[in-house]
Amino acid sequence: MAAMPSGLGERNMNDNKANKKASPWKSIQLGLAILAGLVIYAYGFQITKVDLEDLRSERRQESLARVMRALAKPEILAYDQQEEVINSPVYVTCPAGGAPIVEQPDKSGAFIVVTPTCANPGEVVQVEGFNFAPNTTGPLRFVPGSDPSNIVQLGRANIQTDASGHFVVDFTLPKRPSEDVQYIRATLRQNVGVPHLTKTAHDTWDKIIETVFLALLATTFGTFLAIPLSFIAARNLMKPVRSPLASIALSIVGWPIGIVLGYVVVRWVEGLSAPLAENIPVNLLSIVVIPVILWLGIRWALPQEETTKPGGFLQTARFAAMFLIILIGFYGLFQLANLSKNLGLIGANSLGSLSFLGNFFFQAGDIVSIITPALGGLAAGATISSFLGKIGQRSTEKLSAAGVKTFNIIFSTLAGATAFGLIGQLVKWLYLVTNPVYVLWGPILTGALLGLALALFTKAKDTLPTGMVIYYVTRTFLNGLRSIEALVMAIVFVIAVGIGPFAGVMALGLHTIVSLAKLYSEQVESIMAGPLEAIQATGANRLQTIVYAVIPQIIPPYISYTMYRWDINVRMSTIIGFVGGGGIGFLLQQNINLLNYRAASAQMFAIAIVVASMDYISSVLREKYV
Amino acid sequence: MLQIRNLTKIYDGGVKALDNVSFDVPDGQFLAVIGLSGSGKSTLLRCINRLIEPTDGQILWNGEDITKASPEEMRRIRRKIGMVFQHFNLVHRSKVITNVLAGRLGYINPAWSLVNRFPKQDIEKAIQRLERVGIADKANIRADELSGGQQQRVGIARALMQDPQMILADEPVASLDPVLAHSIMKHLEDINDKDGVTVLCSLHFLDLVHRYADRVVALNAGTLVFEGLPREIDDKKFKDIYGRDAERVG
Repeated sequence: MAAMPSGLGERNMNDNKANKKASPWKSIQLGLAILAGLVIYAYGFQITKVDLEDLRSERRQESLARVMRALAKPEILAYDQQEEVINSPVYVTCPAGGAPIVEQPDKSGAFIVVTPTCANPGEVVQVEGFNFAPNTTGPLRFVPGSDPSNIVQLGRANIQTDASGHFVVDFTLPKRPSEDVQYIRATLRQNVGVPHLTKTAHDTWDKIIETVFLALLATTFGTFLAIPLSFIAARNLMKPVRSPLASIALSIVGWPIGIVLGYVVVRWVEGLSAPLAENIPVNLLSIVVIPVILWLGIRWALPQEETTKPGGFLQTARFAAMFLIILIGFYGLFQLANLSKNLGLIGANSLGSLSFLGNFFFQAGDIVSIITPALGGLAAGATISSFLGKIGQRSTEKLSAAGVKTFNIIFSTLAGATAFGLIGQLVKWLYLVTNPVYVLWGPILTGALLGLALALFTKAKDTLPTGMVIYYVTRTFLNGLRSIEALVMAIVFVIAVGIGPFAGVMALGLHTIVSLAKLYSEQVESIMAGPLEAIQATGANRLQTIVYAVIPQIIPPYISYTMYRWDINVRMSTIIGFVGGGGIGFLLQQNINLLNYRAASAQMFAIAIVVASMDYISSVLREKYV
Repeated sequence: MLQIRNLTKIYDGGVKALDNVSFDVPDGQFLAVIGLSGSGKSTLLRCINRLIEPTDGQILWNGEDITKASPEEMRRIRRKIGMVFQHFNLVHRSKVITNVLAGRLGYINPAWSLVNRFPKQDIEKAIQRLERVGIADKANIRADELSGGQQQRVGIARALMQDPQMILADEPVASLDPVLAHSIMKHLEDINDKDGVTVLCSLHFLDLVHRYADRVVALNAGTLVFEGLPREIDDKKFKDIYGRDAERVG
């Protein structure tokens, strides 16, 4: 109701404006605005050096025409060529004894006649050719020195034979006076056979395939990682997340402990699986048996539905079972990775043209075995942190206010010290600062004091907006990374993993994660709140609310944005090669630098075709599924 | 027994939506909540299952203070309180059966809901609930393909999935035509009669109040202005509730 009167008022004001006659002040304002615009654009011309003078110069126009013609003729198809090379002697500056007698050419094949047979430099001689292949073209050039097979050639005239293989052309002699005989050479080229693809075309094809797959991998990885990030960057999901200080402090302490513990334990499991790693039957057996054990174990340890709270003993047993299940799971993961690597090695050596499948399995196995310990660390970090967080929550509920205060003071100080100590270690590594006062004791003391202050100034049982803090940190991180162009990221990754398409995948992938996470999170923020409320009202926890109320609503925009990103990635992957990121850009840049415009043109056409067809495909898919 | 004690809600902007409201609802009662739009009916219902955090006061349900419950306890309390909404609040792109099964989320282990698995007996139960509201044949179509009346019945089936002891209905028939309104109200009445579920239902039309409610509370600008039987609302009481200039319709 409160909005109504003000809304009405606004409309009345607009009406008044429309009814009022244009005042002189209004006209002056408009004039000033136009003037200001003019100044801005004038300055813009100055800054960007708009100047058409160069365009008019003949030299520029000539090069432009040459480049445009080269670009219009992409080097894709070519004929095999047959060359006919005929030399004819000529004297530049006539010798003392008058016009020299030159040897009669062999008239059984093609031959040329130069008249006169001697002339001064810069003078024009007439060259006539006979018995050449009809309707062919080629250059007529001057060969300095007395060796007819010399590859140095000067001057140029274009020749074109008529239907009977005859031509007449004027040729200006270059300034190369010599007492010895020199030559004029006619080179006529003829296409033979059917056109075939050039080497440029083959290279372009290879690289454009690389480009498309580069974009595909970057988009896929980026999308998968952007989805979870987008949830914690969505204000509507994060705003209600609040936790008491004790819970936050204990979670912060839990992360590093969990990560270290998890990493150590998973490495231990890896050690256990290592002696049997090379044995394929054992690999196979374990990846068949372990999922069954896992399934049964999880079914027992995580009952689907329970109306009454289980007893303490049962809960402990379940907890132990879950721990065992996770260990067995990691063992299975290592076995799977080894199996994949072993089979991949066999495949890579024996599958012939399909050996890329073997390579894929080997690399996939390698990736799994590299990221599994990290994954274990993160999982354990999350588990221990949330477990400790729950203890904090419980203590806040159960203890008296004074008790909670003491609890807060102890753990908040500890958490501050831990967090800042870790940041100090990061600084130590990043900036190579070694003084422990700056990177160890200083940060720990600062963190402890800040934690203490926070605990002292927070009311014992108050909740803090954890969600919003995480939201702002994530947003800042996303915005910061997003402002770094993928090309710049590629430079860093080229240093990390070497020149090639993999660096491009990493750079584009990272950029995809941050930009998609932003776009996705805006979609999450605009979902209908009703279903969210309804699912919450059934007693669903946060995770369930996301799965049942948020995800169904965001699927269409997510698909749409992913396709959009795929478009962008294909376009980006065509130029990421400029900085060594693989794909067709590398070839394109090389050819531009070598002034090989016909080859560059082939690559540009390839890019245009790929981008246009991706555009078309994604629009068709979008129409169909969104 | 639900006891509301001095319930007050002040929104962030300083708007006082509920002002010291107190009343009791015995188990098994059909209570209508009436009042103008913006009088605090929705806020009151949402405070009961704490979709909105009350600023002050107590809500005692079977002796337990809902306002003091921890998140863990809140999950247990909420799953016994079904809720029906004016705009149905179904997840449009999900199937009807999934929408109904969502009523079970407070019971099942969160880890399993990640992979969208429900126990067999829950799926059977969902079909039974849909049969009860008469749309079991629509179980496998998308929720947004249903008409408004059908969607509200899915909403009721979802609330029934919770095996509720209480249902909060926030203007459940305000978006429906009079014929559909009666059919939805009859379902609520049936649940109230047969299952002994307490129903708190905010309503706009007094004829519906007369026809279905056992008792009425009325709110005006966040304060409780009337509490009693539907037939006790005479012209004077009516003007107290709805304001001087209000006239009766229907």
